[in-house]
Amino acid sequence: MELEKFSYDNKIVKQFTYATIIWGLIGMTVGLWVALQLVFPVLNLTNYTTFGRLRPLHTNAVIFAFVGNGIFMGVYYSLQRLCKARMFSDTLSKIHFWGWQLIIVAAVLTLPFGYTTGKEYAELEWPIDIAITLIWVVFGWNMFGTIIKRRERHLYVAIWFYIATFVTVAVLHIVNSFELPVSLLKSYSWYAGVQDALVQWWYGHNAVAFFLTTPYLGLMYYFIPKAANRPVYSYRLSIIHFWALIFLYIWAGPHHLLYTSLPDWAQSLGVVFSIMLIAPSWGGMINGLLTLRGAWDKVREDVVLKFLVVAITAYGMATFEGPMLSLKNVNAIAHFTDWIVAHVHVGALGWNGFLTFGIIYWLIPRIFKTELYSKKLANWHFWLGTLGILFYAIPMYWAGFMQSLMWKEFTEEGMLRYPNFLETVIQIKPMYAARSLGGALYLGGFILMAYNIVKTVKMGSFVANEDAEAAPLPKKYEKHTGEHWHRWIERKPIQMLVVSLVVILIGGAIEMIPTFLVKSNVPTISSVKPYTPLELQGRDLYIKEGCYTCHSQMVRPFRSETARYGEYSKAGEFVYDHPFQWGSKRTGPDLHRVGGKYPDSWHYNHMLDPTSMSPGSIMPSYSWMLDDDIDTSSTPAKIRAMITLGVPYPKGYDKIANKDLMEQANIIAANLKKDGIETYPNKEIVAMIAYLQRIGTDIKGKSKK
Amino acid sequence: MKFINYLESIAGIAIFPMISLFIFFAFFTLLILYVIKADKNHIAELENLPLDKEEN
Repeated sequence: MELEKFSYDNKIVKQFTYATIIWGLIGMTVGLWVALQLVFPVLNLTNYTTFGRLRPLHTNAVIFAFVGNGIFMGVYYSLQRLCKARMFSDTLSKIHFWGWQLIIVAAVLTLPFGYTTGKEYAELEWPIDIAITLIWVVFGWNMFGTIIKRRERHLYVAIWFYIATFVTVAVLHIVNSFELPVSLLKSYSWYAGVQDALVQWWYGHNAVAFFLTTPYLGLMYYFIPKAANRPVYSYRLSIIHFWALIFLYIWAGPHHLLYTSLPDWAQSLGVVFSIMLIAPSWGGMINGLLTLRGAWDKVREDVVLKFLVVAITAYGMATFEGPMLSLKNVNAIAHFTDWIVAHVHVGALGWNGFLTFGIIYWLIPRIFKTELYSKKLANWHFWLGTLGILFYAIPMYWAGFMQSLMWKEFTEEGMLRYPNFLETVIQIKPMYAARSLGGALYLGGFILMAYNIVKTVKMGSFVANEDAEAAPLPKKYEKHTGEHWHRWIERKPIQMLVVSLVVILIGGAIEMIPTFLVKSNVPTISSVKPYTPLELQGRDLYIKEGCYTCHSQMVRPFRSETARYGEYSKAGEFVYDHPFQWGSKRTGPDLHRVGGKYPDSWHYNHMLDPTSMSPGSIMPSYSWMLDDDIDTSSTPAKIRAMITLGVPYPKGYDKIANKDLMEQANIIAANLKKDGIETYPNKEIVAMIAYLQRIGTDIKGKSKK
Repeated sequence: MKFINYLESIAGIAIFPMISLFIFFAFFTLLILYVIKADKNHIAELENLPLDKEEN
């Protein structure tokens, strides 16, 4: 057969590499900033840079900008070579690259300004959600186009992981982003309360699975053999690894909601599948590490392999810890604490970060036809990064464990040992400081890499189009005798897509459909009423300020929690919560029973200066709420949207809602006046107080009978 | 909120979990059989795909 001449597109790989480095530096700098805010609250600076607004920026930047561009960098490099074909369309590559960067810029321009859906890792508002969908389709189109015109019959296992990533992220993003637009940059989640929580964590967990894990496993299966110059330890194992991993992962989401108001059966299902996940995860880790058997001497010399080995080790640790954290008794301790923060950072800094760095150090010299500028600097980066991870994770484990034990400790008389939540925060402040040091070390290493790469690029000469040649595929495929059915999937991308889709839909469907079919009147509590217009406006401020990044609204049924906060949370209390605001971390106390706990004036003073009411508090001041007006022009549209979503406001209520709003605001203003506080009733603080005083009060008095 | 309450009303519901269990048991059993029986040379060819000497 005659060889065809073609070239690989290295330019797109280079662009994604640069984007990975630039956004990674930005995302981690914001991470360091928010870490320092917990030690020095003064660093909250302005209303655009409070912890509540920057934390979503940090998580979105690291996940979608740093890791996202890292995925595309690795996929665009490896896919072309594994398919022996140039990317399907240079134009689609270009649209994909610039579209993705624009989405990131849009995130930077909305999140600090408080435009957020209030759902973790899915905070971007609806127009950006649509843009993500379109660009994702462009990516898939380009990928499948390349696969279809490939010159290699068999799809290497890495490509399976890319296909599963593409299809699953599409499903996750679309299902979780169902939202009703109210205005250009404001929407309400289609789901409410328990359903919203289930969908969100099905999404949240599988964002970890199919954005941070499967594409990176694909990269592992390509770049480890490349860097070690030997085939993967067991290709047979990789086949089982792939199918078992994508099948099991999709079920595990509910382990984020243990002991919450989610139905018990869904929690148990999540636990069982999370435990089973150890098997494929460790299968993959072992496969990666054992690829280096007989080549460990190279690991001492080769900085790329060092990064890759630590990355896989971190993956192994995080995927052992994950199932352990899914056990209800362990989760009871770890949930809402910094333990979880430690866990995700072992994954993000170790697995994603180090794998990305290893790939960049391997890739840049190759596409620039040169050597790395400085191996010494790269080694420095490796050690700074490794120390950074340790200095980050160990204090966070310590903090999480200690704080949780303090929350749960009772005196001999049966009273909470630390009834003041703040005491438990002040205790772990030194750990927050140590964690910041860890983050700074890691970031320092990253900066060294950026310098090293700039120097390498200057030394080399870029090969934008790398020449290659390969024989075209014969038109007709000749079956081997006795060929196995699995080969039919292995050489057909569309079959692979369809089978992957079926495999990942089953878990999600079984968990979600019953929860949705439950008529909302089944668990409804008759005393639970829709929010008043003022409370609704206050709730939107709560979402806008990202209060959920530090405060949960979910009292678990533990003695230590009912003693501290009050009656545990019931599923029926959240039926009008679009979106749910249960939160996932308690840097501050739970707020589900805060309604009626303090006088209005307490909240007024506390929002102005938290330390005036709680000396030593690390919460930022929200002084602008005292000056800014409630946006009453949005009330009618918001009420109409809520009616569309099934919240039972009377017909035509949108027209008179603002009248009710002002009436309630006047009462609160009068209340504040009694305590010597003069404020106009149309200020944001009034709406905020109305909402805070409402949370969790619907069933108060009833359940205590 | 017991799961069973919502399922009881569906006719012949018991067959569905049995079918899904069977499908997945069959899928993974066949998969393991395939993986064990797969031809050595074929596997060797596949695992060497990234290492093709034509590229770097």
